[in-house]
Amino acid sequence: MAERITKNMARNIYFGGGLFAILVFTGLSVDTVKQIPKLSHDDKITESVARGKVVWEENNCVGCHTIMGEGAYYAPELGNAFARLGANDEAAFKTYLAGWMAAQPLDTPDRRKMPQFHLSPEQVNHLADFLIWTSRVNNQEWPPNIKG
Amino acid sequence: MKYSSQMVAKPYFIFALILLAGEIVFGLSMGVQYLYGDFLFPAIPFNVLRMVHTNLLIVLLLFGFMGATYYLIPEESERELWSPMLAKITFWVFAVAGVATILGYLLVPYATLAELTYNNLLPTMGREFLEQPTITKIGIVLVVLSYILNTTMTVIKGRKTTISVILLTGLFGLAFFFLFAFYVPENLVMDKFFWWFVVHLWVEATWELILGALLAFVLIKTTGVDREHIDKWLYLIIAMTLISGLAGTGHHFFFIGTPGYWLWIGSIASAAEPIPFFLMILFAYTMARNRRIQHDNKIALIWAKGTAVVGFLGAGVWGFLHTLAPINYYTHGTQLTAAHGHLAFFGAYVMICFTLISYAMPILRGRPHGNGPKAQSVELTSFWMMVIGMIGLTLALTAAGIIQIQLQRLPDAADALDFMSAQAAISTVYGVRLAFGVMVLVGLLTYFYSFFVKEEKVTA
Repeated sequence: MAERITKNMARNIYFGGGLFAILVFTGLSVDTVKQIPKLSHDDKITESVARGKVVWEENNCVGCHTIMGEGAYYAPELGNAFARLGANDEAAFKTYLAGWMAAQPLDTPDRRKMPQFHLSPEQVNHLADFLIWTSRVNNQEWPPNIKG
Repeated sequence: MKYSSQMVAKPYFIFALILLAGEIVFGLSMGVQYLYGDFLFPAIPFNVLRMVHTNLLIVLLLFGFMGATYYLIPEESERELWSPMLAKITFWVFAVAGVATILGYLLVPYATLAELTYNNLLPTMGREFLEQPTITKIGIVLVVLSYILNTTMTVIKGRKTTISVILLTGLFGLAFFFLFAFYVPENLVMDKFFWWFVVHLWVEATWELILGALLAFVLIKTTGVDREHIDKWLYLIIAMTLISGLAGTGHHFFFIGTPGYWLWIGSIASAAEPIPFFLMILFAYTMARNRRIQHDNKIALIWAKGTAVVGFLGAGVWGFLHTLAPINYYTHGTQLTAAHGHLAFFGAYVMICFTLISYAMPILRGRPHGNGPKAQSVELTSFWMMVIGMIGLTLALTAAGIIQIQLQRLPDAADALDFMSAQAAISTVYGVRLAFGVMVLVGLLTYFYSFFVKEEKVTA
């Protein structure tokens, strides 16, 4: 194969193919950015959800957990935590999360440990609102079952 | 060594290797914590170990690329580096900033680090691989700009080759896409979408250009095949990289809240992503077969072939395993992803750094024909220990992923195990993974030892 292709042909494939790929990817990206607000219910991002995302980031939660399948694989998926741990009930989920965060680290020998993050009640509430918002994102019905 | 300014590459190479040792030690610690959750806890929780592990990898690869560039650009351009002094200053700035950041991760809780570095002014922290404080990110931009300036000026003032122009294209791409690290919108979906512009478009687009250029350089030097031939292959490889890799970003947009058409586009485009890696194997082996010279540095050519093969396995084969949307639906975010990540980064990027180091270090140490046969045979042993260790580790993680999917993902909710129970069921496999990890570390130590092997004196 390679014998019949000259260097000039190869260079043209690179420039032509590369340019084509850039245009296609850019076009699709523009469309995606337009669609994301609706798919993610952007209008439901309250002040508390936004602050919850900062709590999520500033404590590096993604260093152990996944969220919508992305992150580390040491600890459970949290994109659907609201459904799994709170049974889609906001008050129940918030109570559960506050209790869970306060109880860390669990005193079970050699179980994987979650640190104590010393979050304030407000921060836990924001974090809960962030996870509730996340669970409602339209993400092609992933994960396959509630176990995450 | 043809140009004295090539010598600035040496500290970059040495520091990259030291960071690699650190990366592996932190990786092993995580491997232990997977089995014994109390290990190092609460002194260093898992998220900190992981952050140090992955950040060391990124930084060591950047050091490796910089060292490689400073070594090859003068030779390609047929002139001294534009500013050796700038390259030396850049080295120290990057090394100090890198070490300070790692110490920051280790010494204070992450939330405190965010506070100390004023993350609230321009929040960029707390996202996978981009955990660095904003000030460090700005530092990385400055370091990369200085690196690009030095390289560009050298290329502009000297001979322009396909290799140097493609390398430079890769570097500009690397710098451009890193800028997305500063964009952190409130909407998590938008955040994730642009996060991949850094992560995927680094490793599966711009870095592949760099990889191709570095591989081509070593092949020219060790085989003596003429440039026309090498350049043609290089263009074909990077053409396929861009054609498959850009739209291939779509394989990350299946289940994160992005539109459904990515399920098709991502699957189809990324199914072609093994092609450039397969071409690299053909490239390396064809050039080696048609070689015009018998270079005494045989181990450098072995690394070059190795990076092509293991890169293809890790990025190509292990990527393809779970890149189709219907399969990824079950594999997304499992140990299978970790399996792919480990072998891809090692094969494609760590091994290309070894290739360059193996070729250039002996020359920088005054041995133009490579190390002596004894040192090369020690290095060959280390090559196989690291490669077998990484492949073993990857197979173990693959088994872990498959079991995890069987227990947790495939059954109905009523029968599926929860995450922690599934993990407990995999612990033996994690033990195997850890053992292969130890083999990689021993391999690296053997590699270090090869630098100090004394040859019997040949009387001239």
